[in-house]
Amino acid sequence: MAKFRKKKSGGQQAINTASLPDIVFMLLFFFMVSTTMKEVDMKVQIKPAQATELATLEKKELVTFIYVGVPAKKFQALYGSEPRIQLNDQFATVPDIQSYIAQSRDAMRESDQPKMTVSIKADRECPMGVITDIKQALRKAAALKINYSAAEMVKNR
Amino acid sequence: MSKREVQEVNAGSMADIAFLLLIFFLVTTTMDTDTGLARLLPPPVEEEPEDTPPIKERNVFTVLINSQNQLLVEGRPMEIRDLTEATKEFILNPLDDEKLPEKKEIEVELLGVQEVTKGVISLQNDRDTEYQTYLMVQNELQRAYNELRDDLAKRKFGKAYEELEKEEQKAVREVFPQKISEAEPKNIGGN
Repeated sequence: MAKFRKKKSGGQQAINTASLPDIVFMLLFFFMVSTTMKEVDMKVQIKPAQATELATLEKKELVTFIYVGVPAKKFQALYGSEPRIQLNDQFATVPDIQSYIAQSRDAMRESDQPKMTVSIKADRECPMGVITDIKQALRKAAALKINYSAAEMVKNR
Repeated sequence: MSKREVQEVNAGSMADIAFLLLIFFLVTTTMDTDTGLARLLPPPVEEEPEDTPPIKERNVFTVLINSQNQLLVEGRPMEIRDLTEATKEFILNPLDDEKLPEKKEIEVELLGVQEVTKGVISLQNDRDTEYQTYLMVQNELQRAYNELRDDLAKRKFGKAYEELEKEEQKAVREVFPQKISEAEPKNIGGN
């Protein structure tokens, strides 16, 4: 008799959320892979220099950073307003570079050590004197692969 | 045998956990990729070897930057934007000019016999040169090489240099090796 039952109506059909975790996980993995934690807090102010013929630094674990710039406002009373070098989390001088390089080289896997790159992140108004001193120190430390950090050039400056 | 149903784990909170992690990574993520100009420093020398073979004047492309961020190229003042063209002309020496560098023919894999310049770019800056200017000069030199390599790659392989295979890139690099030598900086501008 009631062969054709009326479809149940009434009440809102709930959307199947079973695939929601999948979607969220996908996003999660994307961010996990692309994320890089901030390694150091900057004590020097750096306005990056600009260039056009840029190469990307690929393997983060092979790169050691040297920051050069004027100390941030709150450190100026202590360190003055001349450009200073920052290694890891502290201010340093040129002679410190050699041990810093040796240290970060030791922290690498042996197979990676020859591929070590030193990235010099300097403020664009920084005089070359400091950077030349750094370069000489790097030569002494046998860290010859360097990278002058720069941002993509903004047209019509 | 009694059929025992396998109890299913309630996965309802899975989404919550995933969301929590997701938000954490969303907040901490920084997408900036580090870019820059890659350079190779010369190895340290113990003492200057005394009998270095003299390099002919015509084979050296001198670029000087002073403390006022001005350029002196081959003894003449120059704007940075003209540097790329001047560098390319120096490297190629298309008209076999007496004043521009000599070339030698070498056998390059995949490309056959090629003329390779003997020219060397010599870059010297003052201690007071601004970093930005120095970088711009390096950038223009790099651009000259990139354009030359790209040209050759397009002519020989029909592709941009970036898209070539490893061996092909190596061959192109052999034709246009990057020879930039940096002298010890001078300190003329005071300080």
